[in-house]
Amino acid sequence: MTAAAASVGVPVPPPPGRVGRVGRTLRHYLPAVVVFVAGIGLWELLIRIFEVRAFILPAPSAIAAALVDNWGAGRWPLFQSAQTTLFEAVGGLVIGTLVGVVIAFAVARWANARDAVLPFAVAANAIPIIAIAPIFNAWFGVTNPVSKMMIAALLVFFPVMINVTRGLTAVEPAAVELMRSYAASEWTILRKLRLPNALPFFLTALKVATTLSLIGAIVGEYFGGSSTVIGRVVVQSASALRFDVTWAAILLAAITGITFYLVIVALERILIPWHASVRGEEPG
Amino acid sequence: MSDSTAAVVRVIGLDKQFGSRDGPVTTALTGIDLTIGRGEFVSLIGPSGCGKSTLLRLIGDLTSPTAGSVEVNGKPAHAARLGREYGMVFQAPVLFEWRSVEDNVKLPLELLDMSRSDRDERAREMLALVELSDFARHHPYQLSGGMQQRVAIARALALQPAILLMDEPFGALDEMTRERMNAEVLRIWQRTGTTVVFVTHSIPEAVFLSTRVVVMSARPGRITRIVDVPLPQPRNDETREDPGYFRVVTEVREALRADGGLGGEPPLVGSEERLAAEGGIG
Repeated sequence: MTAAAASVGVPVPPPPGRVGRVGRTLRHYLPAVVVFVAGIGLWELLIRIFEVRAFILPAPSAIAAALVDNWGAGRWPLFQSAQTTLFEAVGGLVIGTLVGVVIAFAVARWANARDAVLPFAVAANAIPIIAIAPIFNAWFGVTNPVSKMMIAALLVFFPVMINVTRGLTAVEPAAVELMRSYAASEWTILRKLRLPNALPFFLTALKVATTLSLIGAIVGEYFGGSSTVIGRVVVQSASALRFDVTWAAILLAAITGITFYLVIVALERILIPWHASVRGEEPG
Repeated sequence: MSDSTAAVVRVIGLDKQFGSRDGPVTTALTGIDLTIGRGEFVSLIGPSGCGKSTLLRLIGDLTSPTAGSVEVNGKPAHAARLGREYGMVFQAPVLFEWRSVEDNVKLPLELLDMSRSDRDERAREMLALVELSDFARHHPYQLSGGMQQRVAIARALALQPAILLMDEPFGALDEMTRERMNAEVLRIWQRTGTTVVFVTHSIPEAVFLSTRVVVMSARPGRITRIVDVPLPQPRNDETREDPGYFRVVTEVREALRADGGLGGEPPLVGSEERLAAEGGIG
């Protein structure tokens, strides 16, 4: 380190040791783990003490048993159902994201496009998804997974479009001037400034979109289609009063959603390690 | 070398007005004439709203004049910008947070389609110049404000521009860091021989750095005086204690005050109109 650098008081922390980091991570998550385990224990205990009937609330042990028993076989094969639902959700995420990004580029580039598209985008976002789901099922075929994808896509496209538009347009004016002082073209400014600037906005939208796409897919499933999907398992097991299976399906949907979300979080750490949102997530 | 070939900046009869067809028109600058020679360090100083930043942006072709012309290196400012003859430093460092320090310095070189090895070498040189070689792979958020501004200077100098335009580059820094940055800029200026136009509202900063200080008046912005700074080079901390330094600081301060910042009458420009008006009445 040079003398000049040292004199400025460089705020560069040394990289933390591996062991120290693992220790801090454990300590960070410990309270949540304790609350989780205690909560499950209490739940189990209360069900047994008060002999709560299973259709009101099954015990955690019963839900776990239902999950294991129905994992791969039987009337409600949970794993296969979750797979199909995830497939629909991912399909919807991809379609909704593509449409959202394309519209965002147009809207960010041309004011005319903004005026032409934005009212309809807002209107599309205002439609209650539950009202449009049966119509999409009719349009794209109730047994065709594409109908579920389109419902998920409708939910996904709006946050993606809004966030990417903001990312492309909310650049520092001085940064644009800097690029102009180098006689950079609009295309170069897009490539070197607007796109990297929009990346954190895009990933934030994707995190929201993962959850939304699962909601969209499951809502679509409620209105008919293949029976080996989470939405149908929930409806059918509930009407058969097998609430242990219903809860197992909900649990699996939640785990799928969380995993999906964590994939995007991991992607953030790889793609934008420099961004404040990622830096701030360091535990400790 | 004759005086005309040595001029890097030639501003003639420059007017700049803001405002639209229906809105009121604000005259930001009027009747600006200014010639800056090669290797000069010229500060623009004046009260806020005097258009000093606007003048800098006009020289850099980031905005266009209402009347008059700006030539840089004998070309219209627009051609000079397309020829990438400018280095800009703003009040904020404006570093791209997704790029490492060295990649920020390489940004203008990428726009020039310079080969990768040349880019690497130039970035190394520039970071050595601002004494940040050890921080090449850091990201901007890991640097202090002063260091970030040094990266911005390295980036601005990477293209070896004909002229370096600095718009209150140290306005956001504390006084200590600012003085250190002033010394740093002088050192870089002497090593590179770059022509510098420097906007500031600090009188000591302007005098310490400059070969000439251009004093401007409030709206509409005009040049009221150009003060030569005959202090010897290289300048250092002792310069700040030199009686000659205080004399020039006083001279600039009085030029600013005479301009009417404290309610006095405009002494130079405008006296003709006033006489004409009085003549008209009488």
